[in-house]
Amino acid sequence: MKDFGYAAPKNVGEAIGLLAKLGGQGKIIAGGQSMLVIMKQNMLVPEFLVDIKGIAELDYINYDKKKGLSIGALTTHRAIEKSPIIKKTYPVLSEMEDNLAVVQTRNWGTIGGNVCHGDPAGDPAVVFIALNAKLKIRGTAGEREIDIEDFYKDYLEVDLNPGEILVEIQVPPASPHTGVAHDKLMAMKGDMGIVGAAAFITVNPADGTCVGARIALSNVASTPWRSRAAENVLIGKVITSELFAEAGRAASAELEPPADVHGSSEYRKVMAEAFVKRVAQKALKRAQAQG
Amino acid sequence: MNDKLMDLRFTVNGKPYELKVKPKALLLDVLREDLKLTGTRTGCEVSACGACTVNIDGMAARSCSILALQANGREVTTIEGVADGDKLHPIQQAMVDHGAIECGFCTSGMVMSARALLAENPKPTREEIKKAIQGNMCADSGYAKYIEAIEIAAAKLRGGE
Repeated sequence: MKDFGYAAPKNVGEAIGLLAKLGGQGKIIAGGQSMLVIMKQNMLVPEFLVDIKGIAELDYINYDKKKGLSIGALTTHRAIEKSPIIKKTYPVLSEMEDNLAVVQTRNWGTIGGNVCHGDPAGDPAVVFIALNAKLKIRGTAGEREIDIEDFYKDYLEVDLNPGEILVEIQVPPASPHTGVAHDKLMAMKGDMGIVGAAAFITVNPADGTCVGARIALSNVASTPWRSRAAENVLIGKVITSELFAEAGRAASAELEPPADVHGSSEYRKVMAEAFVKRVAQKALKRAQAQG
Repeated sequence: MNDKLMDLRFTVNGKPYELKVKPKALLLDVLREDLKLTGTRTGCEVSACGACTVNIDGMAARSCSILALQANGREVTTIEGVADGDKLHPIQQAMVDHGAIECGFCTSGMVMSARALLAENPKPTREEIKKAIQGNMCADSGYAKYIEAIEIAAAKLRGGE
């Protein structure tokens, strides 16, 4: 690793001030569980690290019936995994965390750090896209909100300007007759998904019609991928298992996934089809179980 | 300015330390090189093997993947701080008695992961033990004995047999 300058501001205001002063030379580090790995490979060579891991004001999980779920950016993965609020409102997030790396990493790594790392293989982004989450970002010019699906620009590139910090992830209130599920292909539990998928399905209990669907995939493109093609197959139709298979095929057809040691592009396409089908089925079951 | 030494004040095994470290120094490097606490192992250095596991404020974490300066103000426990003088901690004793230790390279990490688990969950299921040491690779594949030793230690710590 190359040497770098370092400061650990005490609060968000101080951190933004420092980042503004550094004018693009500053790089934010939170838990660093992904970032230090690429710094050790000299893929990322920051001049100056602004360490926000210790900023306690961004470590919280709240749920409000009107506003929904708010997760402070510096909440650890482990806190999300164990949170009774999350288990009650959005258990899919707790399940996702159970398969995200290992407990030693979840104890230190933060949800905001993961979201901002911009790795298309990451799990939280696709689950949050399925959940229609918004990101609250603060900078010298004030605060802005962005849909998480618009946040991802390219491989490890996100819509965060120098001097801006992600402060909160907001998930809309839980809706009735809705189920959410996430799963990924792992050689070993806790691995990065070779392919991952998340689905959010809302049904009309009167006639079994799908009235809402959001489907997203990980590790199939240079960014987390929302599959509108798969969603369009489902929305407005009475769901059958054949329809899920069709949604899987529609998701797969529009992909040109990268190939690596874990899987060829063709293999990823087949797995994308299988996992979209699988998570959509699971989400539907959960939606129906809600009555 | 970039290699300027910075202040690190933290507690290691109950003892307060004040050091000057480079910003890029990893917690693992400072423990081993500056404090000469070499029981914490340098394994893969890319957060894959768990040999460098320590406890930070009671939680298991990988010291190869944390900047030393991020430990400022925190309480770190390494394998050297686990025993009570010459008396091994029940987790260590159970691992010795049960024959869990083969080459021993992963052992300190295993102990630190088990210690954090049992502090939080005194009566873990076998599944919970597996999850707690899922991030600790054993090149001898001696997992079964580690799992059993942790069960034995948990029972002992609960004041049972």
